[in-house]
Amino acid sequence: MSRTLAQKVWDAHVVRRADGEPDLLYIDLHLLHEVTSPQAFDGLRLAGRKVRRTDLTIATEDHNTPTDNLLTIADPVSRTQIETLRANCAEFGVKLHPLGDPQQGVVHVMGPQQGLTQPGMTIVCGDSHTSTHGAFGALAFGIGTSEVEHVLATQTLPQALPKQMAVTVTGELPPGVSAKDLILALITQEGTGGGRGYVVEYRGPAIEKLSMEGRMTVSNMSIEWGAKAGLIAPDETTFAWLKGRNFAPKGQDWDDAVEYWRSLPTDEGATFDKEVFLDASTLTPFVTWGTNPGQGASLDSLIPDPESFGTDSERAAARRAVEYMGLTPGTPLRDLSVDVVFVGSCTNGRLEDLRTAADVLRGRKVADGVRMLVVPGSAAVRAQAEEEGLHEVFTEAGAEWRFAGCSMCLGMNPDTLAPGQRSASTSNRNFEGRQGKGGRTHLVSPAVAAATAVTGHLSAPADLDAVGAR
Amino acid sequence: MEKFTVHTGTAVPLRRSNVDTDQIIPAVYLKRVTRTGFEDGLFSAWREDPSFVLNNPAYAGASVLVAGPEFGTGSSREHAVWALNDYGYRVVISPRYGDIFRGNSLKQGLLTVELPQAAVEALWDLVEADPATPIEVDLVAREVRAGGQSWAFSLDDFLRWRLMEGLDDIGLTLRHEEAITAFEAHRPAFGVLVG
Repeated sequence: MSRTLAQKVWDAHVVRRADGEPDLLYIDLHLLHEVTSPQAFDGLRLAGRKVRRTDLTIATEDHNTPTDNLLTIADPVSRTQIETLRANCAEFGVKLHPLGDPQQGVVHVMGPQQGLTQPGMTIVCGDSHTSTHGAFGALAFGIGTSEVEHVLATQTLPQALPKQMAVTVTGELPPGVSAKDLILALITQEGTGGGRGYVVEYRGPAIEKLSMEGRMTVSNMSIEWGAKAGLIAPDETTFAWLKGRNFAPKGQDWDDAVEYWRSLPTDEGATFDKEVFLDASTLTPFVTWGTNPGQGASLDSLIPDPESFGTDSERAAARRAVEYMGLTPGTPLRDLSVDVVFVGSCTNGRLEDLRTAADVLRGRKVADGVRMLVVPGSAAVRAQAEEEGLHEVFTEAGAEWRFAGCSMCLGMNPDTLAPGQRSASTSNRNFEGRQGKGGRTHLVSPAVAAATAVTGHLSAPADLDAVGAR
Repeated sequence: MEKFTVHTGTAVPLRRSNVDTDQIIPAVYLKRVTRTGFEDGLFSAWREDPSFVLNNPAYAGASVLVAGPEFGTGSSREHAVWALNDYGYRVVISPRYGDIFRGNSLKQGLLTVELPQAAVEALWDLVEADPATPIEVDLVAREVRAGGQSWAFSLDDFLRWRLMEGLDDIGLTLRHEEAITAFEAHRPAFGVLVG
């Protein structure tokens, strides 16, 4: 029978299937960080249980860590949480990449860069952006702390089979339009609940042409439109990216693995419960104006009138968002001045993202009054970027070149917006207060972030060229 | 986990959609390593506004939260469920939930009922007219009753049974430990091993 990529991965991991019960799925890789794990380890201790497979479990420190130094966590509560992770990993025998370790970084950057994330795997983490790993053709999804405890104890999870959706992206992305613009446009098209209940497969020529970094950006934001997971079929791009990485199979194992991975893409004739389409060639740089990732628009457009939306609920949400964001409907998005630009996060904190931002900034300056933070997704990304001299481009432009971590994505460490400050951010959530209480977030691509830093208001790189030509 | 069969309590009308888990509990409250005591973080930014509905004394002691669609989207933080539980809620009613939040809630005995928008609107109107209106949430019959009206809701049989029995998932899974061990014996040789 013809099956989808997700069905194949699912079927290969069913430990037990019984009528009227969810399937019991085996988990190949369990990623941990300090925020969602302490109560899970506590649960194990209370029940006298151990970690079933320490060899399939790995931890890093990212959400609470500072990005201005590698030694001191000033906030005692954050420090306690980090120290608790260290103590738990030591007690239960779990490998940890702590602050200062060459592999430390945002959990969804750390896994792929080491080759831990591979096609056909099941991967979970107590973090909603675990969907990132779907870019490799893995079934990867975020879980809560109760489930973290469950996976630690059993290496399995009871899961009801989700529905399947295909997102076909036809055409070709125009120059200057990135994976981030693509996924932001898709979320606005489908709404924050559009993917709910589905495992999504992104496919079509525009997806196939994306680099692994671009694919990770797309899969990363699956959760922002409610999808359980977002997979992309493994192909030569995937294999080339993986080959030679620390945990990639070697020798005969590599050949066996590739042969298996080639069997994973969705069969001809396999059916999806739902299909949606997006034409990449119509896309432009895309940004959010509101307080959920579905409230987005082309950078070329105006702040929408809340009364123009179709339902009471959307109108109410838009009115609230416009008020919170301090916007005037009808104003061009390009007129919005920002205080802070953030380049980083599990969405856009990889080497390619930093290269893109650096290309825009090279020979230019961050505008007066704008603070720009560039935060590599991991210590390894930081080291690679420095090898390429990207850090010099950033610092010469007047941006801050920082250490790896979640940083300003989520207001849990010292990198936050002050109340009322407006940011252009390459992260994934523009929720009220997400980057700090009272902060106002516009989600953007790395290219738009860098161009915005130069002009001081929302801009695309093409706008800079226009200025130069005058 | 406490068993859940029928719950009767008063309700708070939260007339907002897309109440993401960052609103339910902001990240600053996630630094704790304990599992209880999160009630201070619940909607903490919104609670600073005196006109926010949770600050209305008429709704003090409510145990049912009635919210707009896409409740609990965003971050996987189970702290959102703990905060709702710790504040005293036993039931949330909304037309649609974020998946991870929904899963978390049902593991922690917080019943997240899905009712159509029209039913949610009717409940809002009822409890705004009279905050003392008792709302009866019957998991056995899969029905919500209030003000002489009733609305059926669906919930998977297995999830319902687990809630009604107050069962712990890990205990249930470990009854199949032999199947897990058997599965592990046949994993491919090229599979990743961290250690």
